[in-house]
Amino acid sequence: MKKVGFYPGCSLKGSASEYNASVLALAKAFDLELTEISDWNCCGATAAHSMNKELALSLSARILALAEKDGMKEIVVPCAACYNRLSVVQHQLNNDAALKERISDMIKMPISGNLQILNVMQMIDKFVVERLEEKVTSAFTKKVACYYGCLLVRPHDILKFDRVEDPQSMDILMKKAGAETIDWAYKTECCGAGFSVSRTDIVAKLSGNIVKDAADRGAEAIIVACPMCQSNLDMRRPQINEYLKAKINIPVLYITQAIGLAVGLSAEEVGLKKHFVPAEFA
Amino acid sequence: MEKHQDAIQELQQHTGVNVNRCYQCGKCTAGCQLADEMDFSPSLLMHMLQTRDEELFQQLLHSKSIWLCVTCENCVSRCPMQINIPEIMDYLRELSAKEHKVNIESRNIVAFHRAFLDSIKFTGRLFEIGLIAGYKARTFRLTQDVELAPKMYSRGKLPLMPEMIKDKKGVANLFSRTLAK
Repeated sequence: MKKVGFYPGCSLKGSASEYNASVLALAKAFDLELTEISDWNCCGATAAHSMNKELALSLSARILALAEKDGMKEIVVPCAACYNRLSVVQHQLNNDAALKERISDMIKMPISGNLQILNVMQMIDKFVVERLEEKVTSAFTKKVACYYGCLLVRPHDILKFDRVEDPQSMDILMKKAGAETIDWAYKTECCGAGFSVSRTDIVAKLSGNIVKDAADRGAEAIIVACPMCQSNLDMRRPQINEYLKAKINIPVLYITQAIGLAVGLSAEEVGLKKHFVPAEFA
Repeated sequence: MEKHQDAIQELQQHTGVNVNRCYQCGKCTAGCQLADEMDFSPSLLMHMLQTRDEELFQQLLHSKSIWLCVTCENCVSRCPMQINIPEIMDYLRELSAKEHKVNIESRNIVAFHRAFLDSIKFTGRLFEIGLIAGYKARTFRLTQDVELAPKMYSRGKLPLMPEMIKDKKGVANLFSRTLAK
């Protein structure tokens, strides 16, 4: 059993509990043990960097410092927004010694800045993909739209993950799980992000355009790697359908759920029953 | 005039972004999914900063645009000059809130951010019920999404109790040393 650090982030403990369950179940199926960072806090998300830069830096820096204190060399961060915040903050601190010192003083902990931060595709690439095809017992033979959203690929010069306009990593993994991936226009367009509550109308419109393009091109499922994208596309479907004046039933699955099902995990184990738009694939 | 020269200089110092590098190609606005909701598009915002006009700067602090930017980073990734517009947006938002210049139509968005941060300040992690309660208390939108909570709860997506971290004081200190300043 290989052990790696784990930063679930707040969503995975609440509204994205099925993401948490499916990440852990998939990891376990491939002999990977994810250990949570001791006493981790929220990364601050959009709210912190919108209201105060120093606070945003400090919240993420505290998480990075705690992981280092735990002796972790790499951490898995399934939420795309947390992955983006932690990576950007580590980069900013590493490129400004004075800032790093100031923030280190703020959190009362040293930060070396050497942590390797892996998003969910990188986790799968590193620990799962080698044995993936041999372990596929019930191939996920659906036509899927791989939706990356904003924060997995941007800003490219910091994250250096995949192509910025037409990323492929999720498509490649889904094909290995047996799926057919569609070519579509909304891979990296924004879903409305943190406006779910304060500007639901904007989420309905932006997410509506995404869901409609996927549907128009014949997708049977939308695959995501971010709790915010998932909840906007799934939980806000009534508002989306109202905006589109159509009833679109395409379910929205986390990549760990789709791959989990392909390697024989049950619908229960990957939390498939927790979606608002029913996902019946098992 | 003097005062404003300082404001732009301060913006450039804090963000490391040189607003003069923008040559108005418009790619940021073309790729911005919220440009049509904004009062000033991203490229117009850049132009307004370039003029170094105090009145225009004040208009930006009072604008809807700065609060509508979702930091999706599309503008910066497509900018031929790699100008970090989201970083400028963050800076203008922080200043707008600090100087009590938040656009009246954007107050719900700011209320959401504040409720979000309050939740982290008290428990260290985001507590979704606390977030929604805090947001409703600030906006009086008491009936919004009432049908959603039971559906989330029944799916195990809405814990009733917050997860408290051990070092709550340490996290609360980060707030008092930054946000309260």
